[in-house]
Amino acid sequence: MLVIGELINSSRKAIAQAIEQRDKDYLQNLALRQADAGADYIDVNAAAASNEIESMIWLVDLIQEVTNKPLCIDSPSPAALEAGLARCNKSAMINSISAEKDRWERVLPLIQKYKPKVVALCMDDSGMPETAEQRIRVADVLVGGLVAAGVSEDDIYLDPLVKPLGVNHEFGMEILLSTYALTHKYPRVHVVSGLSNVSYGMPERRLLNRAYMVMGIAMGMDAFILDPLDQTIMSTLAASRALAGQDEYCMDYIAGVRSGKVKA
Amino acid sequence: MSNLLAEIQEAVINGQAPKVKELTQAGLDAGQTPQEILNEGLIPAMKIVGEKFQKGEFYISEMMISARAMYAGLNLVKPLLIAQKTESKGKAIVGTVQGDLHDIGKNLVCMMMEGGGYEVIDLGVNITSEQFLEAVKEHSPDFVMMSALLTTTMESMAKVIQVLADNGLRDKVLIGIGGAPVTQRFADSIGADFYASDAGEAVSKANSLLLER
Repeated sequence: MLVIGELINSSRKAIAQAIEQRDKDYLQNLALRQADAGADYIDVNAAAASNEIESMIWLVDLIQEVTNKPLCIDSPSPAALEAGLARCNKSAMINSISAEKDRWERVLPLIQKYKPKVVALCMDDSGMPETAEQRIRVADVLVGGLVAAGVSEDDIYLDPLVKPLGVNHEFGMEILLSTYALTHKYPRVHVVSGLSNVSYGMPERRLLNRAYMVMGIAMGMDAFILDPLDQTIMSTLAASRALAGQDEYCMDYIAGVRSGKVKA
Repeated sequence: MSNLLAEIQEAVINGQAPKVKELTQAGLDAGQTPQEILNEGLIPAMKIVGEKFQKGEFYISEMMISARAMYAGLNLVKPLLIAQKTESKGKAIVGTVQGDLHDIGKNLVCMMMEGGGYEVIDLGVNITSEQFLEAVKEHSPDFVMMSALLTTTMESMAKVIQVLADNGLRDKVLIGIGGAPVTQRFADSIGADFYASDAGEAVSKANSLLLER
């Protein structure tokens, strides 16, 4: 199980402001707290900042000053991905590549050069996937292409792209069935998901996010982009891992409870 | 307003598709015109739904189920309106810009514009400036509405406006934009006519701009 701490993302207003004002203390504190709370990777996204590349470099540097956790360099722009990757002092993760032709051609060389773990979005130039079959078809292209380019299956994190439940009440099952199919077709490849898209436009979003995570884990999702400072979600994650048979003798769960991090 | 039209409105707001269909049929059978059902039943109901959504009183799901109910009525009156060659109050072409494949916001706008009484031409996603241009030439719309969900694709909106200007069509249309990274400031900077933060606002702004014109 892999947790990517999502908080340093410029699409959040407070972060965009902190980046503009070069509020280093605030951002370093946020990185540190996510690391302490159990994030395995710290997401870094500067896409909404006025100068993305410069801001990306500044963020990567300041985060690496306070934590040894690896970073997840997150941007739709290949140039910003490269700027971030070049600055990382240890193997990172990137979010993301997809099977869209232009994106594939521009991001793949970065993957070959820097050898990061890779979030691969199950979409191509025909658009957002509608069905499990479409996701598998795109996943075939992604996994096949990445492996051919020398990426280990274990470094691939397929994102099946969850859509808002509020728009269509079948979107929940669609993503769960897709996850199940992907994990069975590619047992060594990982399946990753952000938690917040599913609840877009709905009330009490954290509740839906939590339920989605639990159901996702049952279907084989093993990486999440989430808020690690949310103790309820982190506790639920520990419990779900144990229930899914991913925590030998439930040792992590018990240790989490003893340290006070995992709570009912 | 007749009792029946009030009932249609209420059923749309409550999201009751079978009831809207039944009431619409009953209205047509009793001699109500399709225009009355559309303009005094379905459209005002969706206006209320859009306002509730904008105020945060309605969630997306509630707007969607109301739209389904609205379509249950619209599908009955639409063929009649077309047969009578009734003009819609305005025409809009809607699309997600080049490089961007997100369709949810764009679909909500199409739905609410249709519920607002507009004729909507949905171009789809990943629409180039040339495709927007061709659509404007072909359909002579009142509105060109563009959606983008990525910071990297927002810039395509400026390109569409430029291409329309280069072809002398910029002033023939009202241009509206929206999407998660889009702001009023961005709309001003690229010379769009309006920005809407959600599908409900897209319709209300379209309405007021059409009145001004």
